[in-house]
Amino acid sequence: MKRRRSMILTFARKEFLHILHDPRTLAIIFIMPVVQLIMFGYALRMEIQNVDLAVVDLARTPLSREIIEEFQGSKFFTVHGYSGKLSRIDALFKSRTARVVLIIPAELDRLFERTPAVGLQFLIDASDANAATLIKNYCNQVLVNFNQKHNRSASLPFEITSNILYNPDMKSTYFFVPGLIALLLIMVSALLTSISITREKETGTLEQILVSPVRPAHIVLGKVLPYVLMGLLIGTLILLLGFGVFHVPFRGSIVLLFFLTLLYIVTALSMGILISTITQTQQVAMMVAQLSTMLPTLFLSGFIFPIASMPVALQYLSYLVPARYYLLIVRGIILKGSTLANLVSPSAVLLGMSVILLLIAIRKFRMTMEG
Amino acid sequence: MNAIEVRDLKKRFGHIEALRGMNFQVREGELYGLIGPDGAGKTTLMRIICTLVMPDAGEVRVKGLDVRQQRTKIRSLLGYMPQRFSLYPDLTVEQNLHFFAELFQVPEAERRARLEMLYHFSRLGPFKNRPAANLSGGMKQKLALSCALIHTPQVLVLDEPTFGVDPVSRQEFWEILHSVQKEGTTILVSTAYMDEADECDRVGLCFQGRIVAEDTPANLKRRFSYPLYRVRGSNLFRLQEFFRSIPTVHSIQMFGDVLHVSFTRQPRAADWQAWQTQTGGGLQEWKTEAPSIEDVFLEVLEEEK
Repeated sequence: MKRRRSMILTFARKEFLHILHDPRTLAIIFIMPVVQLIMFGYALRMEIQNVDLAVVDLARTPLSREIIEEFQGSKFFTVHGYSGKLSRIDALFKSRTARVVLIIPAELDRLFERTPAVGLQFLIDASDANAATLIKNYCNQVLVNFNQKHNRSASLPFEITSNILYNPDMKSTYFFVPGLIALLLIMVSALLTSISITREKETGTLEQILVSPVRPAHIVLGKVLPYVLMGLLIGTLILLLGFGVFHVPFRGSIVLLFFLTLLYIVTALSMGILISTITQTQQVAMMVAQLSTMLPTLFLSGFIFPIASMPVALQYLSYLVPARYYLLIVRGIILKGSTLANLVSPSAVLLGMSVILLLIAIRKFRMTMEG
Repeated sequence: MNAIEVRDLKKRFGHIEALRGMNFQVREGELYGLIGPDGAGKTTLMRIICTLVMPDAGEVRVKGLDVRQQRTKIRSLLGYMPQRFSLYPDLTVEQNLHFFAELFQVPEAERRARLEMLYHFSRLGPFKNRPAANLSGGMKQKLALSCALIHTPQVLVLDEPTFGVDPVSRQEFWEILHSVQKEGTTILVSTAYMDEADECDRVGLCFQGRIVAEDTPANLKRRFSYPLYRVRGSNLFRLQEFFRSIPTVHSIQMFGDVLHVSFTRQPRAADWQAWQTQTGGGLQEWKTEAPSIEDVFLEVLEEEK
């Protein structure tokens, strides 16, 4: 037993030396979270302001002007030029003078008096589909305000009053800080381990190790140990930055988060080991790791895009992405103060994934070793 | 008991038959050299002996232990130095040595003395804090050898250890091997440099997955019974053509800037005079030459074909 432990430590110590001997990579690993956090925190906003709006007012009455003023008064829109000609609309979009065009019908006043609903036409530039959806919502909102002023609000049986919980200001950083932990942990764990093991394949040192009486499991465990610690360090760094710079709250148990994060790291490491068993060079390992761990984490886990709005096939695929479960855990604990009882199912899935993957990884590693 | 015992060893990789029934033994305490061109199966053989590759058929025993069943035991008494430099370039000389000492579980107490001895052998002591990447080719090989020797193995397997190393370092390397042998270690070494065969106790000529000849270097050379001359001239290619047309010529080999020409009948001085005039002075110099291992090897290959 003692011998086994010391052998794992031998490999861990050597791996630490490799990490320290490559300060550039080390710097990148610790600078990257900071840069990403800043980019996600400041640059990526889920709301749009000052949308350029052009109006084609075919009515030209006080009522139509009132509608236009309503848009002008909203912080979402900047009203640009009136145009009387429908034929010029295309040019407005192409020159990006407008992203949305409002067309007010000539018979506005007559319709307003006689019919329950007046049709106003909005033409929206959907070359950026997400923005288009937002713009459409903003247009609706402005019109709702306008209707209320004129007592024209459609009488609906229910009134919807929303109360935003856990992130009342809808700050995107609240959302991204936990997600970033999931992304960077995968990166450090899967990418770096697979690279570090294939590096030994490439240089032939693995063969040199193999002629020693050491057991494959000890090699693997020793090699991944430093990356577990690095993962935990990076996770802490992101949490601290999120807390200090973006005032992301921490409402749950840090101990619970620690243990579940450990599970996630083990899952990621196992994927890294698996990748190293099927690749021969660092280059290939890097690409496979990016394709099979980073991209799914970025796009299929619910980190940026909600899973519910994905095509069904991708939704099923997302069940295989460990980050999907970890995101539920980390967002739950940080933002909602979820307890283990609340997180039983994602934790169980993650536990299952980590155990199965680690066993397969060690087995496959032993098989490649003994080729 | 032989230190290494190989019987009817066969191994194929897909369509390539790397070993086709190889037989040889390395005696206890012997320095045995495997010589042969690339692709002869030397590396595969060594990897099987080191338990890195499983044989398809045949029997391989190291110190009486079966490579199929007793891998772990074999690994602990074996030292292996692969063909390619396989140490950690970013670790220093000392860190590399310490890592391998731990890997082979060299007890703390012995480690210091062993390191001192290896530093002395290899003269790497003054460079112990230098990263392996910054060592010269010869020093790298000596470090790799030291790492393979750190646990005082009973059998040492070296795959072309002097490949690409300058002649002075090569000589030094062989001196180290001789002193390791004196400690009682059995050594199996492969080389592509034929002249290094003379450093070995016995030599096996390896060709197309078989040992085609095996003996002490002196006995091997004695097999070459034809009178051999070393010939120089202004145009070697033309000279080669010329000797091909002489009926008593047995073989012609080009070695750098000289030809080795062997004859089925000892040529007389008059013959040489005549040849010189026939080549119009192109033939400039001729001298009897003792056959080298390379001559023997090429001869054996001719017979094989």
